[in-house]
Amino acid sequence: MMARKFGWLTIVALMALALTAGMAAAQTTLNGAGATFPYPVYAQWAAAYAKQTGVKLNYQAIGSGGGIAQIKAKTVDFGASDAPLTKKELDEIGLIQWPMIMGGVVPVLNVPGMAPGQIKLTPSLLADMFLGKVTKWNDPQVAKANPGVRLPNLAITIVHRSDGSGTTWIFTNYLDKVSPAWHAKVGTDKAVAWPAGVGGKGNQGVAAYVQRIKGSLGYVEYAYCLQNKMTFAKLQNSAGNFVDPTSETFQAAAANADWKNAPGFYLVLTDQPGAKSWPITGASFILFYKDQANMAKAKAVLSFWAWCYAHGQKMAEDLDYVPMPQAVVDLVEASWSSQLHAGGQAVWK
Amino acid sequence: MMRRRSHTRAQALAETTFHGTALTCAVLVLVSMTAIFVELVRNSRLSLAKFGWGFLTSAAWNPVTSDFGAASSIFGTLVSTAIALLIAVPLSLAIALFLVEMAHPRIARPVGSAIELLAAIPSIIYGMWGLFVLAPYMADHVQPLLQKFFGKLPLFAGPPMGIGMLSAGLVLALMVLPFITAVVRDIFALVPSVMKEAGYGMGATTWEVTRKVTLRHGMRGVLGGVFLGLGRAIGETMAVTFVIGNDHRIAASLFASGNTISSTLANEFTEASQPLYLSALVELGLILFVITFLIQIAAQLWLKHISHRLGTDK
Repeated sequence: MMARKFGWLTIVALMALALTAGMAAAQTTLNGAGATFPYPVYAQWAAAYAKQTGVKLNYQAIGSGGGIAQIKAKTVDFGASDAPLTKKELDEIGLIQWPMIMGGVVPVLNVPGMAPGQIKLTPSLLADMFLGKVTKWNDPQVAKANPGVRLPNLAITIVHRSDGSGTTWIFTNYLDKVSPAWHAKVGTDKAVAWPAGVGGKGNQGVAAYVQRIKGSLGYVEYAYCLQNKMTFAKLQNSAGNFVDPTSETFQAAAANADWKNAPGFYLVLTDQPGAKSWPITGASFILFYKDQANMAKAKAVLSFWAWCYAHGQKMAEDLDYVPMPQAVVDLVEASWSSQLHAGGQAVWK
Repeated sequence: MMRRRSHTRAQALAETTFHGTALTCAVLVLVSMTAIFVELVRNSRLSLAKFGWGFLTSAAWNPVTSDFGAASSIFGTLVSTAIALLIAVPLSLAIALFLVEMAHPRIARPVGSAIELLAAIPSIIYGMWGLFVLAPYMADHVQPLLQKFFGKLPLFAGPPMGIGMLSAGLVLALMVLPFITAVVRDIFALVPSVMKEAGYGMGATTWEVTRKVTLRHGMRGVLGGVFLGLGRAIGETMAVTFVIGNDHRIAASLFASGNTISSTLANEFTEASQPLYLSALVELGLILFVITFLIQIAAQLWLKHISHRLGTDK
């Protein structure tokens, strides 16, 4: 009796499943995969867009490296990466890329008694701490950058990402630019051979470790710093000013970026000029094939991103991201018109 | 008579079918084992060709320069598993003995169920518990205490962070404990009561009967339970990733962070975009496969040796 009941249940469940699958197939679904850092805002945009147009986005936040691998394997309509590909890499695969959204990476610390922004760090000091050269919070170099602050005799424990990550790419790219020693010893990548410290999985893992370990210093995406109410450090930018991480300073860094003269939109927003610029700012990119097989699908994907550029700014700002300036959006849409084709015809006019 | 014969024929057919199905299932296990091995070797050939045997002894792990070695991961896997077993095996034996030999059924049953329930908790929960509950406790209480008494030993050197090899071993111990306990308890329950009664009849104490009759009779099963626990500990991924600190380094201190083969795979697989990087990760998987295989063989040999010595060879 029991078995028969279950048999019927199974059949009904299967039929329901088949029905919903059929219905889903009737709608347009855009498939993408990649970076985890922009995932919250992409999800928000997709939900709003689906409500208006019925077009759904299926975005798998599997990481930037995964996004690149999936678009190479052509299992998705578009890929997403926090680390831009160089013009040469793009041409080899036949891709174009464009910046979709920007955000900041923030050094966070756990030193008892310190308020957010109370500790100031110079670029070389930050690099030396992550290199394991400066090992105490009351090191003379830290004291020199922080006159009047009572620094404890506490060991610095570095917390970094244990998983490969676009956030790490942006952060190490910055250290690579500002510290010759970092450049010689470590370099830039989504995962590196860290000279010191412990690794937490994901932004959340780093945040948890930093909150756990007294004397720790780590780096997270700005949104995680805000959500977890973490103690961040002020950073000295290339103009010599100590700045707080805020939407305003991220925007300042973005405003000074020269997208026009960046072939294939290969531009890293770390260490940008400008009196107010936050030095560790980064953009997240979309990867798309130049030569599209299906005109309708290609148009649907571009329409979605164009809608996000036009209507998604408020949503992005609410989630502490920085939307792309209009001038950059115009450049991106011009590149769609000139470079994307399907069956010999331009996709975007 | 006729009826009986046709019955036999049908039985024979059923018997053949059953035999065939069972054989196929058994062979399928062997085939998939071999297939996994072949696939692991095939996908790690880039790394095998580049690093050779040096992969096993090199502690380097640098994705930027594409220089990889497995030494730190192998070290972490073996050390964390060893800590787990050192803690879990004696505890499990004690719990199982208590449940079978000493406890009143009214206590034994709920305690037994509670332990089995522990086995059903998903490993990610253990990981989160380890990170948010155990690690702070270790950092604030246990590690400073250990350092106060044994601070001179390199084993307990370094800042007490709460995360690291020791915490990973502790979480693993808690995870394998229910498995070992459940197996050992069943083994002890199977020891014929006449044997135990004979022991008691000769005036032996509970401890003597336990040591000389129960443990001896159940040795094979006990070892089986231990290896079951070892199997779970050596491949555990999420719980370890949460608390071990994920650092590619070989440190003498149990307070320092480290990594295991499976935690490295969990951390780095998704973002390994270069072919050599991916290949090195697959080779780590291959090494884990070989380690478990070798442990199985060692266990079998040891079991044989022990049953000879104890004279329970059957």
